[in-house]
Amino acid sequence: MKATDISNPDYFHKVVDCQWACPAHTPVPEYIRLIAAGRYTDAYMINWHSNVFPGILGRTCDRPCEPACRRGRVEEQPVAICRLKRVAADYKEDISTRLPPVPRKKNGKHVALVGGGPASLTVARDLLPLGYEVTLFEKDRKSGGAMRTQIPRFRLPEEVLEEELNYILDMGVNCRFGEEITSMRELLEENFDAVFVGTGAPLGKTLDLPGYQESRENVHTGIEWLAGVAFGHITSIGRKVIVLGGGNTAMDCCRTAKRLGGEEVTVAVRSGFDEMKASPWEIEDAQAEDIPILNFHVPKRYIHENGRLVAMEFEKVRREFDANGKRLLVPTGDAPVIIRCDDVLCAIGQENSFPWVERDLGIDFDQWDLPVLDKRTFQSSNPKVFFGGDAALGPDNIITAVAHGHEAAVSIDLFCSEADVQQRPPPETLLQSQKMGIHQWSYDNDISIELRHAVPHADKSRTLKDLNIEVELGFDQRLAYEETMRCLNCDVQTVFSDNLCIECDACVDICPTDCITFTRNAEEATLRQQLIAPATNTDQDLYVSGELKTHRVMVKSEDLCLHCGLCAERCPTSAWDMRKFLLNTAKAGSPCQKP
Amino acid sequence: MTYIRKPKFANPHIRSNDLGLTHRDYEGSLTTLCGGCGHDSISAAIIQAAVGMSLPPHRVAKLSGIGCSSKIPAYFLSRSHGFNSVHGRMPSVATGANMANKELYFLGVSGDGDSASIGLGQFCHIVRRRINMLYIVANNGTYGLTKGQLSATADPGSRTKSGEESQYDNIDMATLAIELGASFVARSFSGDKSQLVPLIQAGLSHKGFAFIDVISPCVTFNNTDFSTHGYKNTWENYQALSSIDYVPMRKEITTSYGAGEDKEITLHDGSVIHLHKTGSDYRPEDRDNALSHISDYRKKGKIATGLLYINQDQADFHELNDSVDKPLNTLASSDLCPGNEVLQSINETFR
Repeated sequence: MKATDISNPDYFHKVVDCQWACPAHTPVPEYIRLIAAGRYTDAYMINWHSNVFPGILGRTCDRPCEPACRRGRVEEQPVAICRLKRVAADYKEDISTRLPPVPRKKNGKHVALVGGGPASLTVARDLLPLGYEVTLFEKDRKSGGAMRTQIPRFRLPEEVLEEELNYILDMGVNCRFGEEITSMRELLEENFDAVFVGTGAPLGKTLDLPGYQESRENVHTGIEWLAGVAFGHITSIGRKVIVLGGGNTAMDCCRTAKRLGGEEVTVAVRSGFDEMKASPWEIEDAQAEDIPILNFHVPKRYIHENGRLVAMEFEKVRREFDANGKRLLVPTGDAPVIIRCDDVLCAIGQENSFPWVERDLGIDFDQWDLPVLDKRTFQSSNPKVFFGGDAALGPDNIITAVAHGHEAAVSIDLFCSEADVQQRPPPETLLQSQKMGIHQWSYDNDISIELRHAVPHADKSRTLKDLNIEVELGFDQRLAYEETMRCLNCDVQTVFSDNLCIECDACVDICPTDCITFTRNAEEATLRQQLIAPATNTDQDLYVSGELKTHRVMVKSEDLCLHCGLCAERCPTSAWDMRKFLLNTAKAGSPCQKP
Repeated sequence: MTYIRKPKFANPHIRSNDLGLTHRDYEGSLTTLCGGCGHDSISAAIIQAAVGMSLPPHRVAKLSGIGCSSKIPAYFLSRSHGFNSVHGRMPSVATGANMANKELYFLGVSGDGDSASIGLGQFCHIVRRRINMLYIVANNGTYGLTKGQLSATADPGSRTKSGEESQYDNIDMATLAIELGASFVARSFSGDKSQLVPLIQAGLSHKGFAFIDVISPCVTFNNTDFSTHGYKNTWENYQALSSIDYVPMRKEITTSYGAGEDKEITLHDGSVIHLHKTGSDYRPEDRDNALSHISDYRKKGKIATGLLYINQDQADFHELNDSVDKPLNTLASSDLCPGNEVLQSINETFR
């Protein structure tokens, strides 16, 4: 293998598994260390700059960082990254003086944002400090988009939502709330310098089965029903409720129904329990509220009496695989299952919908009716129009919408400066030794063996009675500290200088996870096998040095490195050093931007 | 010194041995030696050797004297028996322990100060008495624990960190051991575990006195360009007279070795070493031949390493003295005090 090029920012970035997995690339270990030090406000600001809604995401994020967390590879469970983010939000001080100043003198460019969700608000946050004028169109009376309408208040209290929305709105967004854009043509005629579309995936699906027409008064679309609850239009539901679907919306629906008077709430899923799309913790939370989840139940028809829904019929299926390995759901032949119900909530997916975008404006759409976009710049085929969030690539999550917003803001800024939107500014990176003394590092390298701490919950007898009581109480400061200690500081990189190495083997001998081998060079596949501990996880890179005096090379498998720094402590010549790699993705107006 | 404990987490892909143990199970406490010390590599090599042989840790006795080298039994095989003795007196304690229980694996670890200076007399006698053990000298040519004076193994012309040149001839421990009748003598380098580990395994399997002189650089006091015991000089000048592969007796031998320079030696415990000679006129079973090779290499400024000499036909101390087979602590009082009749019959033989 060729010697690893550690000057490529992707190399060390990839070692920080959580940050690499995060769509917005939040520097996770950096803020976790600040939480450990009790510097909650600093930790919050790192998050705020990167993911814009730390308090909201600290409660609701899909957490792509956690399955990626290295801790999950060396023991059972990853660090509770998401809930530590919440800790930063819960214990921070007033941040108003830390927000970026918004110039009074504007730069003369005016950007329209359609839809008041996380993607649009991120664009606003990134562009306002650069002097842009920003106008936000939102069909509802309040901003927040899916964060407000689809996430129930017992998971995300209103004051947390309002606080983080207001940080952005107060920067001087021209809000045109309650104003639904019905024609892109008319919007473009208002002569904005750029238009950003962040309208989400607003169309819920219903299940049109026999009996639907007669029962439709009591068959609801999940996201519309949740929005109705969020705005107070819906305050009750029947005593018996069936929720169809196995995603996070289904979990929110069933738990909300339970709080609005649903005494017997049942979730029915077509596929197997292990195939459910919902996050494991959301499923756990629903089960903790005594909501049964029936898997392998395929809905067949709505049963109605006297023009009123009374039950649903399900067919029981089992999972089989055909010759091509395709999964099939085959009827078991058991008698149909009848479940009585007063209401049915369909949480079986949602879709994009752009009836308001005329098709002769140079904005191309693909076969799924999604806009044709440049995946990096989020620019549509009409160079003035940008898309982000669910509106861009179909239903995903909040943190992805934020990431899109950052990139779109960069594009819009480049576009409005008449620069090439393809010339993306590079990320800002820093690689800095953490050595404080012979055996002292500026980070805590003693590896905690504590298992993951559970977030305490409020008592069920209270929370099930009130839609607005938050279920999760969050970590207190002591628990938070214990949890931060589980972080392996993956951003503190092991950096090897082959010209200093005397090949004494001290690093090899001390490494607790046998990451380091001195060996003859070979092709990657061979090399992976000839290490002291074979490196079978090919998602994780090998760090290969240049040739040493004995014609061998140092090969380090990044897979299970604990970043404990013992290699560097035992190295007599400082050929190993522990250096913190800090990466911040380029935001709009980055100083690294080419003119 | 490192202040944190070595993290408990281990790599799940490391191999475990026939006892289901990995090398993490053979570790000791965290080393307090200087980072980069050759002695730590010897500890690691001993651990690797023990894992590879599936040695039950409780069947091993570790013995040492005084010095940096003699600290290392604390850093490996924490579940084994150990005795850290007086300076230069490890051979006496090892002899006694060996007398008491000949079923254990005896592993002595000493240094050039402990064995070539204060304990040279003891060393000579334990070799001569053919105690069944593996005796390792971690040889760095300096008194590291007292901050870097020349030791008795420092080569003439080698200089200390402060510039003092060695005026005297050095004691070559390997040559000395061969001269005094050791039946297994090897030399190796702490930096080269591929050579050292099979030597340790063969040495532990060998019946009789096995000796390995390990060049083990003192990274703090004797690792300069003008030291013959530093990493630079050793990497450049150590040359193997032979290389060996060790195959524990339980393993089926699958590799076939060609005739000519390669030789298969079955040790007394049934394990096998494959010996590959690098020079055609080198004969490791011929004592004079081995000595002349060591001397020739030395004249060229080279360090002869590998298995230097082996003699499988020599009886060890127990055989020569017809000692009792069982460990002494398992002897019942009826064995120790067989009664008046037996006493009378013994007395009869003296009349």
